[in-house]
Amino acid sequence: MGYFRNIAIGCVLALAATGAAAQTVNFAYDADPVSLDPHEQLSGGTLQLSHMVYDPLVRWNKDLGFDPRLAESWERVDETTMRFHLRDGVSFHSGNPMTAQDVVWTIERLKSSPDFKGIFSGWVSAEAVDDLTVEIKTDGPSPLVLHTATYVFPMDSKFYEGRAEIVKHGDSFASQNVSGTGPFTITAREQGVRVEFTRNPEYWDTDSPGNVQKAILTPIKEAPTRVAALLAGDVDFIAPVPPTDLERIDADPNVDLVTMTGTRIITLQLNQERQPAFADARVRNAIMHAINNEGIVAKIMKGFGTTAAQMSPEGYLGHNPALTPRFDVARAQSLMEEAGYGDGLNVSMMCPNNRYVNDFKICEASAAMLAKIGIKVDLTTMPKAQYWPKFDERAADIMMIGWHSDTEDSANFYEFLAMTPNADTGRGQYNSGNYSNARVDELTLASLTETDTAKRAAMLQEVEQILYDEAAFVPFHWQDLAWAAKKNVKIEPILNVMNFPYIGDLVVE
Amino acid sequence: MHILAFLIRRAVQALVVMFVISLIGFTIQSNLGDPLRELVGQSVSEAEREALRGEMGLKDPFAVQYARFLSKAVRGDLGTSYFFKRPALEVIADKFSATFELVIGATLIFVSLSVPAGIYCAINPQSWPARAIMSFSIIGISVPVFLTAIFLVWFFGVELGWLPAFGRGETLALPWGWETGFLTADGLAHLLLPSVTLSSIMLPLFIRLIRAEMMEAMGTEYVRFAQAKGLSPRRIRYVHAFRNTLLPVVTVGGLQIGTLIAYTILTETVFQWPGMGFLFLEAVNRVDTPLIIAYIIVVGLIFVIVNTIVDLIYTLINPMVKLPGARA
Repeated sequence: MGYFRNIAIGCVLALAATGAAAQTVNFAYDADPVSLDPHEQLSGGTLQLSHMVYDPLVRWNKDLGFDPRLAESWERVDETTMRFHLRDGVSFHSGNPMTAQDVVWTIERLKSSPDFKGIFSGWVSAEAVDDLTVEIKTDGPSPLVLHTATYVFPMDSKFYEGRAEIVKHGDSFASQNVSGTGPFTITAREQGVRVEFTRNPEYWDTDSPGNVQKAILTPIKEAPTRVAALLAGDVDFIAPVPPTDLERIDADPNVDLVTMTGTRIITLQLNQERQPAFADARVRNAIMHAINNEGIVAKIMKGFGTTAAQMSPEGYLGHNPALTPRFDVARAQSLMEEAGYGDGLNVSMMCPNNRYVNDFKICEASAAMLAKIGIKVDLTTMPKAQYWPKFDERAADIMMIGWHSDTEDSANFYEFLAMTPNADTGRGQYNSGNYSNARVDELTLASLTETDTAKRAAMLQEVEQILYDEAAFVPFHWQDLAWAAKKNVKIEPILNVMNFPYIGDLVVE
Repeated sequence: MHILAFLIRRAVQALVVMFVISLIGFTIQSNLGDPLRELVGQSVSEAEREALRGEMGLKDPFAVQYARFLSKAVRGDLGTSYFFKRPALEVIADKFSATFELVIGATLIFVSLSVPAGIYCAINPQSWPARAIMSFSIIGISVPVFLTAIFLVWFFGVELGWLPAFGRGETLALPWGWETGFLTADGLAHLLLPSVTLSSIMLPLFIRLIRAEMMEAMGTEYVRFAQAKGLSPRRIRYVHAFRNTLLPVVTVGGLQIGTLIAYTILTETVFQWPGMGFLFLEAVNRVDTPLIIAYIIVVGLIFVIVNTIVDLIYTLINPMVKLPGARA
């Protein structure tokens, strides 16, 4: 039965008592990875796993810059070519040496993955120049090669060869077996209950301060139980911490709380096709002025969010510091009258109730705020499983969506949320409002091939300005992130805004 | 031959029940959500999702999908879980021991408490302990189970630090492949809070039921006759009266198995107990339709089996009872 199915990975398991202080860390997330295959599903869980068992070519640092990992250095050969020089002497858990061939093989596999192919669509080829050099060609000048390279976690091509198929709804070799270069191997796994990671004794990064020999991940779905497990001392480190428990954890002398401004924007979209009134920019503007998003952050989110007036969070190229929230009920009322809706308006609204932090409460508050300017909202909330099919149908006049940019770049927001929906190109796939502006489309596309950072920033910020002026969508806030750990588990240095803790570098005192 | 005929009849009933459940499960599955959403990342294109949907046979007409399910089901294959990527029945079987032991733990607690408490309250209805027990049972019946659970975790796990807050702890593998938490100290410690939580639903109900039935039995003529005959009060209470309260108690117990299973879902979720109930709730959240359908079919089967056992127990308690459907 389950406990016997623990998958011992066929690799060097020099589990022996290395060093005196064999540190074990127990950590609890809200879920465990759905698969061990890093290319099966593009999700936070997969990336968290990837950073433990694999290493990327480059990885994000705290300032949203890039640190070299398996790629020691890189250079632009020409407008459309980037060359990566790989680290020498790195081997996989199986003992096979890591070479440029593995990197090319991995990139090709990524391009065949339904979840990842979108990110890699601009990479037309990857070639091994020699054993330690890989050359990437893009379909045009690309400012996002390094952003994309954070998704390349070289896999052991010899280990997976012949059994590398990506299966989304059934068993596969790669979903149960792992050979990467990362700081940990997986020594036991019972899905949904426990994953046991053991330190890779041959890990290449000898400069890493990390001293965790064994890391045990327990998924604890219920937030109060997760918090209780930490406070009771059953686990050393938890994420996410629910907003309701922040104060309590902060006040506890035995644990540390770390919070960070996140990059996931929470918004409402106003469907101009379903609701003709929303085609009038004055009505949209009135809604913008009627919703007190600062109040929502303070009261509903308990300060656990950063009030937004645009999509790009601070640190992104497109972040436009001139844009500020604009709550003003009197102005909202007069805009409604100006637009000829002084008598009010009836609209429908749908929100998920288990997808984003406090999602349905935010919607309820918004509906109440809109009532004050005569917009009567018929609100329906539902679990995310039922919500997404409704979202695809564009089933209400106002729909909620949160978005995190996979590339940590502003253009990704506009591509999915703001560009004119187009079934052929896939642009505007999540633009349920049917907002359309030729200049936004043009600037977003141009930004994808602009390698001059200053020019690119100007383009992206202009997009934010247009979206703001035209009140294209209702911004609420960027959701904050929170982690908590016992005092002797030094999590702060390994955390980042992408929410993949670098547990390989974790120090336990 | 009575018992055999009875069991065969029940087996046929079980098949019908499972068939009907599977049909209902299949009919509602389109309302459970879109499994593709849970299988792919958010930025995956609709075309890509549509292709996967076709590959998984989700675009076939209802009749085709259901026929495919049935033809596999008769061979014992209830489909493959999307999340676990293993046969749904196998996944459920893996989790069965955890749920079974939780139910046994809860049953031990509520039976061993409700029988003495119920009898005591029936015999000394006016005494203060009896009043205290009755008011406690009122409170017990009205507090929602997740609140009981969170309170227990907070008090015994966090504040006192006596008991673990989640999970099943260390388990021991028995030779026939059963994982038990009953044989390790750690396993028992982990079992305590969830069992108390689950038993808290049944305890007040059974105290009240046993008390009421016992009081009624104590007032019957045969008890008065036994008293007149000079039998010891102890013998009258525990042999004559109590035995006759058991029949309704077992009936209600059998019916309450459904409630108990429903509450394992809540209890297991709060305690992160790796059993079937938690599995089911997760499957609903993930739109793991094959697993959802397999779960409700298995639960349907459990119902039929439990009620069969209850009917058999009747004949032991009261030889006058005839098995339903069996001819005298």
